[in-house]
Amino acid sequence: MAATGFLLRSHLQDLLDALVAVGYRCVGPQVRDGAVCYDTLREAADLPWGWRDAQNPGTYRLRQTGGAYAFAWANGPQGLKPLLFAPRELLQTSIRAPDGGLRFAAPVASVGAMAVVGVRACDLAALRLLDQHFIGGFVPDPHYAARRADLFLIAVHCSHPAATCFCVSTGDGPRAEQGFDLALGETEAGFVVFAGSAAGAGLAERLPLRPAQAAEEAFVDAALADAVKAQTRSLPSRDLRAGLFGNLRHPRWEAVASRCLSCGNCTAVCPTCFCHGEGEEVAADGASSARYRQWDSCFTQEHSAIHGMVIRADTRQRYRQWLTHKLGSWHGQYGRSGCVGCGRCITWCPVGIDITEEAAAVCAGTP
Amino acid sequence: MRGDAMTEPQLLHEAVVIERIQESPVIFTLRLSFTDPELQAGYRFEPGQFNMVGLYGVGQSPISIVSDPQDERLLDHTIRGLGRVTLGLSRLAAGDRVGLRGPYGRGWPLAQAQGRDIVLITGGLGCAPAVSVIRYVLRRRERFGYLTILQGVKHADDLIWRRQYAQWSAFPDVHVGLAADVGAPGWFGVVGPVTALFDQAPIRAGSLVMMCGPEIMMRVVAAELVRRGIDENDMWLSMERNMHCATGLCGHCQIGPHFVCRDGPVFRYPELKALLGERGF
Ligand SMILES: Cc1cc2nc3c(=O)[nH]c(=O)nc-3n(C[C@H](O)[C@H](O)[C@H](O)COP(=O)(O)OP(=O)(O)OC[C@H]3O[C@@H](n4cnc5c(N)ncnc54)[C@H](O)[C@@H]3O)c2cc1C
Ligand code: SF4
Ligand code: SF4
Ligand code: FES
Repeated sequence: MAATGFLLRSHLQDLLDALVAVGYRCVGPQVRDGAVCYDTLREAADLPWGWRDAQNPGTYRLRQTGGAYAFAWANGPQGLKPLLFAPRELLQTSIRAPDGGLRFAAPVASVGAMAVVGVRACDLAALRLLDQHFIGGFVPDPHYAARRADLFLIAVHCSHPAATCFCVSTGDGPRAEQGFDLALGETEAGFVVFAGSAAGAGLAERLPLRPAQAAEEAFVDAALADAVKAQTRSLPSRDLRAGLFGNLRHPRWEAVASRCLSCGNCTAVCPTCFCHGEGEEVAADGASSARYRQWDSCFTQEHSAIHGMVIRADTRQRYRQWLTHKLGSWHGQYGRSGCVGCGRCITWCPVGIDITEEAAAVCAGTP
Repeated sequence: MRGDAMTEPQLLHEAVVIERIQESPVIFTLRLSFTDPELQAGYRFEPGQFNMVGLYGVGQSPISIVSDPQDERLLDHTIRGLGRVTLGLSRLAAGDRVGLRGPYGRGWPLAQAQGRDIVLITGGLGCAPAVSVIRYVLRRRERFGYLTILQGVKHADDLIWRRQYAQWSAFPDVHVGLAADVGAPGWFGVVGPVTALFDQAPIRAGSLVMMCGPEIMMRVVAAELVRRGIDENDMWLSMERNMHCATGLCGHCQIGPHFVCRDGPVFRYPELKALLGERGF
């Protein structure tokens, strides 16, 4: 993809201002509670300048290096998921009249246009999967659709993967190849800008870009090549259906279950996990009731409970469900694995269970 | 589903209880009708599909529709009172209101069943999805071949709706077989698993088989039927899973790659064969 131009670091604020001028609320990465998180972004100065991360199974650490880069870190716990598939959403209100009559309404919150700065390739891939799930099905979800409709995505090519990243092996990174409006490749002096859509090209015209120099583009390419080489983890294959479903009684399931806490952290941070539960909350006066949905996890008992029995009663069955779904059944549902190699589930697992290790152990010996 | 399903896929619509029938100490039927006459008139479903029935302030449950698809006035739901929603529903009386949305899912392959023998095999504590088929076939007796109804229960005392089985067996070209793993004084059926009924039952090659009940039972039955020359593609199963949304979104109802609410609840046996009865799926 040919570069559209070069944006000096000192002009990054112009990008945010241009987005606000055309009506977007900007969201971008910022350091919050010791992690890089997405939040409303007004000042380019609030980006994680100089911060570097160290991620390993079960651990995440940030440190300030004083360096010149804003994006020299790999993804924190959040992806795009919480911005589009809200952790909690009002689905329906019911009003009961004194005569017992019921009236129902399904409000869709108006959210306005949102621009997200700093999106990584793995999260763009996860977004394509969430799109398939929430709006590509036979009953599109209006809440997700409303948030998705006016979304402007500014990607950043990943130059500093974490030790937990394995997007190369899933085919989803580190370069942002598609699904963005603008992509940035960071250099010492600023950003090589690539337009990925008509909206992105339109916005680029409002920016004080100068032509990108060949050396700057080469620097970005070299950083991406280094990022590829830096990844040490990988999945044995992009399609593990046979290996997983052919080994449902593998002793490894028992072994991983003895470590897994069934806490559901992995499913919460996973950018493609979509499970949620619905529940009813009655107003104090009893005259109205609201139905909410909330993120749920296949690691909970309630997830699979039907009357008088729980389909997945123990951790072995739950971990196995998670892995066989994520790396197996997703192929049947959405045409590819549900894992984009972001490594979040490895970093944020309190006991450091590594999905790549577990998958390799279960599938070992299966072609 | 209604036209507004695209923008409000989860919206309940008010329905009124026209009649409540007590079928057994714990089973009752709610005959419902949407209060919006246009909605009621435009509602279409197939046997085997289900509605989400909402009890105000409590929640929603997936419940099969057991009335006849050509009955344009009433939507019958036969319910076992078990937990918060279903016990709440059991306390409703004529005139009370509920929320209703649907129909959802894939129903029984009744078009394929035309002109063929049908074998219905059910296990456990009654099976609403099967009732819808039996009634459908009996009302259109001439369109189908022989109807065989085989029901297995754990204990003879578990058999509900004895009366219904007697009524059904009085129809022409209908065979009813009942089996209990554990008999009881006065038990008129066979003592043994439901497969013990197969030798007496007219299960002929080319029959279309529909099943619902415990998954282990269905797995055993399917294997036995294959041995008796029934094509795997002619066996259909109705499945039950936890459901919240019924629209393929919440993820609760998954069995491997299938969303039971959307791809089922009725499945062709080969679609499920690998995971049927596999604990944890
Ligand atoms: C496709 C389908 C068709 C069904 N048709 C009928 C029918 O015609 N008649 C009938 O009596 N029952 C039917 N059921 C079962 C019925 O939906 C459950 O008995 C009911 O949801 C239990 O809810 P509860 O609040 O009363 O019980 P609780 O035990 O209080 O339920 C608590 C939670 O578990 C879930 N849950 C519990 N049991 C089931 C279950 N078996 N299936 C799905 N979710 C469950 C509920 O959604 C709820 O979230 C059907 C189930 C499915 C999936
Ligand atoms: S399974 Fe783990 S590595 Fe894969 S997308 Fe989900 S959180 Fe990322
Ligand atoms: S794998 Fe780790 S994060 Fe996931 S449920 Fe088990 S302990 Fe929690
Ligand atoms: S019930 Fe929600 S996905 Fe099937």
